[in-house]
Amino acid sequence: MDYGNAPEDDSPARSWLDSHDKLFGSFINNKWNKDNEADIPLAPSVSPSTGEVLAETVQATTDDVDAAVDAARTAFTSWSALEPHARARHIYAIARNLQKHSRLLAVVESMDNGKPIRETRDVDIPAAVRHMYYHAGWAQIMDTELPNYEPVGVIAQIIPWNFPLLMLAWKIAPALAMGNTVVLKPAPSTRLSAALFADILAESGLPPGVVNIISGDNDMASHLSAHPDVDKVAFTGSTAVGKHLQRQLAGTNTKLSLELGGKSPVVVYESADLDGAVEGLVNGIWFNQGQVCCAGSRLLVQESVAEVFVEKLKRRMDTLRVGNSLEKNIDMSAIIDETQRERIQSMVQIGIDEGADIYQPKDCVPEDGCFFPPTLVTNVQSTSTLVQEEIFGPVLVAQTFRTPAEAVKLANNTRYGLSAGVWTEKVGLALETALQIKAGVIWVNTHNVFDAAAGFGGYKESGFGREGGREGLYEYIKLAWKKGGKRIVGENVKENGGEWGKPRTPPLPSTPSPSSGLEGGIPGVDRTPKMYIGGAQKRPDGNYVLPIMSSDGKKLVGQVGDGNRKDVRDAVSAACKAAPGWGKRGAYNRSQILFYIAENLSIRKEEFASRLDDMTGCGIEEGRLEVDMSISRLFTYASYADKYGGAIQETAFSGVTSSINEPVGVVGVVCSNDRPLLQFVSAVAPAVVRGNSVVVCPSEKYPLAATDLYQVLDTSDLPGGVINIVTGQSSVIAKTLSEHQAVDGIWYFGDEEGCYNTQRLAAENMKRTFVCAEGRDWMDKAQGEGEEFLREASEVKNIWIPTGESMPGGGGAY
Amino acid sequence: MTTEALSTSDLPFISPISQSSESHSKYNPGMQLDNHWVESSNVNHAGLIRRASEISGRRTVKKANQAAWLLRAISCIDLTTLSGDDTQGNVRRLCAKARSPVRRDIMDKLGVPHDFITTGAVCVYPARVQDAVDALEGSSIPVASVATGFPSGQIKTEHKLQEIEQCVADGAREIDIVLSRDLVLQGRWDEVYEEVKLFKAACGDAEMKTILATGELATFENVYKASLVCMMAGADFIKTSTGKEPVNATLPVSLCMLRAIRDYRDRTGFRVGYKPAGGISTAKDALTYLALVKDELGDSYLNNEMFRFGASSLLNDCERQLYHNAFGQYAADYYMPSV
Repeated sequence: MDYGNAPEDDSPARSWLDSHDKLFGSFINNKWNKDNEADIPLAPSVSPSTGEVLAETVQATTDDVDAAVDAARTAFTSWSALEPHARARHIYAIARNLQKHSRLLAVVESMDNGKPIRETRDVDIPAAVRHMYYHAGWAQIMDTELPNYEPVGVIAQIIPWNFPLLMLAWKIAPALAMGNTVVLKPAPSTRLSAALFADILAESGLPPGVVNIISGDNDMASHLSAHPDVDKVAFTGSTAVGKHLQRQLAGTNTKLSLELGGKSPVVVYESADLDGAVEGLVNGIWFNQGQVCCAGSRLLVQESVAEVFVEKLKRRMDTLRVGNSLEKNIDMSAIIDETQRERIQSMVQIGIDEGADIYQPKDCVPEDGCFFPPTLVTNVQSTSTLVQEEIFGPVLVAQTFRTPAEAVKLANNTRYGLSAGVWTEKVGLALETALQIKAGVIWVNTHNVFDAAAGFGGYKESGFGREGGREGLYEYIKLAWKKGGKRIVGENVKENGGEWGKPRTPPLPSTPSPSSGLEGGIPGVDRTPKMYIGGAQKRPDGNYVLPIMSSDGKKLVGQVGDGNRKDVRDAVSAACKAAPGWGKRGAYNRSQILFYIAENLSIRKEEFASRLDDMTGCGIEEGRLEVDMSISRLFTYASYADKYGGAIQETAFSGVTSSINEPVGVVGVVCSNDRPLLQFVSAVAPAVVRGNSVVVCPSEKYPLAATDLYQVLDTSDLPGGVINIVTGQSSVIAKTLSEHQAVDGIWYFGDEEGCYNTQRLAAENMKRTFVCAEGRDWMDKAQGEGEEFLREASEVKNIWIPTGESMPGGGGAY
Repeated sequence: MTTEALSTSDLPFISPISQSSESHSKYNPGMQLDNHWVESSNVNHAGLIRRASEISGRRTVKKANQAAWLLRAISCIDLTTLSGDDTQGNVRRLCAKARSPVRRDIMDKLGVPHDFITTGAVCVYPARVQDAVDALEGSSIPVASVATGFPSGQIKTEHKLQEIEQCVADGAREIDIVLSRDLVLQGRWDEVYEEVKLFKAACGDAEMKTILATGELATFENVYKASLVCMMAGADFIKTSTGKEPVNATLPVSLCMLRAIRDYRDRTGFRVGYKPAGGISTAKDALTYLALVKDELGDSYLNNEMFRFGASSLLNDCERQLYHNAFGQYAADYYMPSV
C-alpha cells in the first residue's frame, strides 16, 4: 500500500516562463527592463529539487536601482494623494488577481523555491492573498483610524528566499495601504514569484512606479538601503545583515524594521497531549524544511516524559516523506541550494563532533536534488553549538527541563526572541509560560500559525518592528508634524564616533561653589546631588563634579556628579534587578505611583519653577507653566497605565489571538537641554508606566530639576531601581548605555551626532532606538506626549491560544 | 486520467485480503483496568483538528495506486443495513453485493480476478442475522451483528448479554456492541470496563467491536479514555459510531482513537482494530482514512483484519471511481448494481 506518485502539473507555469522567454530583469514603472547593457553575467533561477535552470535574470545595476527609486519617488506624489478608497480599490484588485492566479503562483513558487506544493498552495499563497485583503481594508479606513499620520515615502524592502511571495505580500501590502511607494528586492535565488507578481500588478492596473521590483545581489541591496531618497527600509533576513543595516542607517532618520533570525523554543510539559506536541513539531521544524525564522528548532521537554516523547517523535519522523517539491504526497522537499545544504550538514557535523546523538530516518531522501533529511539532535546542552546557533534547516535539537521555571529560563537563554511554542493542557501553566518567554509570537498548543491581522516580529536580536496587525502599520506611517526625508550624516560626524562619548576633563575647583555664599555669616549648606541608583543616592564613582551654570553663564547654580561608565553600569544593574518585578506589578499600582509623583511634584511647584528659572532663565511664570505641564503629563501616563494593554486580534484562527503590549525591559533615556523637567517627565513617565525600568541621563546643562526629583520619587512609593538617574556628560552616558547589552532600548533626544552614534552602537545587541535630532515642542501635546511614546515603551507580543474542547454534536443534540 | 487498461502489474500493492503474518494479526486478551493511565490522558482538541485537516493535503493517491487503494478500501467495508424496514429481501441483495462488490467489467478492465475481493463483512440487526448467514453461505464473508440495545444501549445488561448470545447462536461471527454512554459521561470507568468484559465473555469466539458512539461522548478526551477502557476490557475493534448519532465518524475522532490504539499497543503489545462508521460515503473520504491509518499505525493495519469501514453508500462511490480508473469516464450511480 504505497502512495505512489502524484505530481502537480507544471505546464501552466512553464508556459508562463516561456512567455517571458525564460528571461527576467527589473520591473520599473510597470515595465520590464531586460537590457543587459552592463553585460553582467545572467543569474540563473534553479529548481532546488531537480537542479533544472528554470529561467535567467538580468542583474540590476546601480543605475537600475536609482531608476527604481526615482520611479517610486515620482509615483509617491500621486499615490499618497489618492483618496483612501481609491487605494483600497487598487489593493483589493491585487488581492483578487492573486487569488485568480493562485495555483500558478503556487506552482511557480514551489518550483523556484523547492518547498512542497502543499505548502505554497495551502499556506504561502492564501496568506499572501489574505494580507492584500486585510490591508485593502486598512487603506479604506486609514484617515479615520490613523488621523494624525502620513505615509513615510519611498520604502525599500529586501526579502529572503524562504517565503518569497508571502514576504513580498506582507511587506508590500501595508506599505501601499498607508500611501507609500515601494522598491522591492527579492532574494537572488527566488525571483520568479516576484516576477509573476509584477505581471499580476500590471494586470491589476496599479499605476506605474508604485511598486518596483529589482533584481541584484547583496551589493544592490546595500545600494538600495543606503539610497538618499529612501525613507524606510524593511528587511527580513539574517541577524548579521540586520545589524549591518542598523549601523548603515544610524542617524539618517530612515525608518527601519528588521525581522531576523531565531532559535525558537518549543516547551513540552508532561501535561501536554504528547502526540499533539509531536505534530506541533512537524509543523514547527519540518515546515518549509525548517528554513523558517520562527521554526520551533529547540525542543524543551519535561524530564518526566522526555523518553516517551522522543520515541514518539522518532516514529513520526519515520513517516515523513521527502521528495520533489511538486509531488503532492510529501511533507518535506528540497533545501534552497547546495550552499545552504552544506551549511546544515556542517552544523550537524559540529553537533556530532561535540558528542551529540543524531537521529535521521533511513533512506528517506531522494538521490538527486538538494535534500536534507529531517533530523533530531539529542544529548546536547546549553553549551552545545547546535543549541546556541540558528541552523535554518530541518534540524531539531532537544533538551530536557525539570520545572516550569527552568523551562522558561532555558527558553530565554538565547540572543533571539522571535517565537515560542508551549504545550500543556493546563491553561494556567500555558499562559504563565507564554507571558514569561521573551518573544514576539507565542503559540500555545500549536505552531507556525500566521494571519495578517496579528503582528509578527521579534524581541532581542530577532529584530524590531512588526508585520501584520495594526501594530505593523506604524512601520509605514509617521506623525504628520514630523519632517520626513533622509538625513545625510554630516561630515563632522566621525564614522566610528570620533571624540563623541569620550569624557572631557572635569573642571577644576575655580568657581566658588554655590554653598560658599554666606548666610548670616556662615556658609550655606551644600547640596550637591549624587547619582540616583537603585532608589538610593550614590556618590559618583569617579568622584568628580560638573558645574551647572545659569543660562547666561554668569552664575553657578549648582554642581552635579560627573557620571562615568561605572555609574552607568551600576544604574543598569539596578534597573535590571527592578525590571521584572516592576513589569509584573498591577497596572493600577503603577498608575497610583505616577499619580502620587504628580501630587508630590505639585506640592513643590514653586521650588521647581524657580529652579528652572535659575538654570534656564526662562522666567518664573514659564517655569510654573513647565511644572504644570509636567504634572499634566504625569497624569496622562498614569491614565495610560491601564489603557494600553493590548487587544484581541481578529484573525482567521479558531481561538484567541491576543496582542499584549509588554515592557521593552531596561530603557536608557538621554535628554537634551530643552525643557529640562518636562522632557525628563515626558520620556520617563511613559516608559515607567508601561513597566520598563529606566536609566536616565537628564539634561547635561540643566540637570538639577531632575536631581531635585529624587525626593519626590522617594516619597511616592516608587520601588528602588525603576528610575535611575546618572548625571554628567550626556555623550559619555549615552555611549555606555548604547553599548550595554543589558539595555533593551535607548531613547536619545539631542543632536545629529548623538543620534548617529546611539543608533550605531545600539546595533550591538539590536536595541530598539527612539532618537530625535530635530527637536520637538515638549509643551505641545501632539509632539510631547501620546501614543508614539507608549509604542516606543512597548514590545508587542502576540499569543495564539486555540479554543476547543467539546466535539461537534456532543451532548444536547436532541 | 489515463484511459488505457490497467493490468495486475500496475496494481502491485493488491494482495490477498488476509495476508497478515502472526505478529501482525489482531490479538487482545485485555488487561486489568489501569485507572491512572485512563485519568492521566491528555488530548488536545485543536491539535487533533489541525492534524486531521492536513492529512488530505499531505497525502493523495492517483492512478494505479488509487485503484489498488480503492479495492483495498472495498475489502474493508462492513457493508451495512440497519433500518427498521430491513427484510430478508434487502438483506439478500446486500449479501449478493458483498460477494461481488465491483462490477465484473471493471474488474476485467483493471485486470483483476472477479473473486479477488469481497467486502469485509455484512452488518445487520440481530433479527436479520440468520437471513444474512443463509445468503452468504459458501462464502467466507462473516456476518456482523449489532447488539446490546443498539443504538442507544438503554436496556439492562442482562438483556444485552442475552442479545449477544442469541446473535452468536444465529451465526454472527462479529458482534458490534454499544457502550453505556451514561457510564462514560459520569466517568464511571470501572463499570464501563466490567460491562464490556461481560460482553466480551458473551461473544465467545466471535470478534467484539465496541461502538463508542463518539458523537455522544462530548469531548475527545472522553473518546480517548473510552477507547483505552474498551481495549483494556478486551475489544478486538474499537468503532466510532452507530451511524445514528448526530455526528458519526470524523477524521479528528479517528485520529484520537488511532492514537489510543497505538498507545495501547506500545504499552501492552496487543493489536486492536479500528472501525470508523457512519458518514463516510465518498471514495475520496475512504482514501483519506486509509492514509491516516497508514501514517499513524503503519501498513500492517491496512487490511480488513485490522480495519473496517462501517458504510453502505461508500461502496457505490468507490465502484464508480474504479470505473473511472478503468475506463477514464465518470459513471452514474445507477450504472452500478444496487444494494
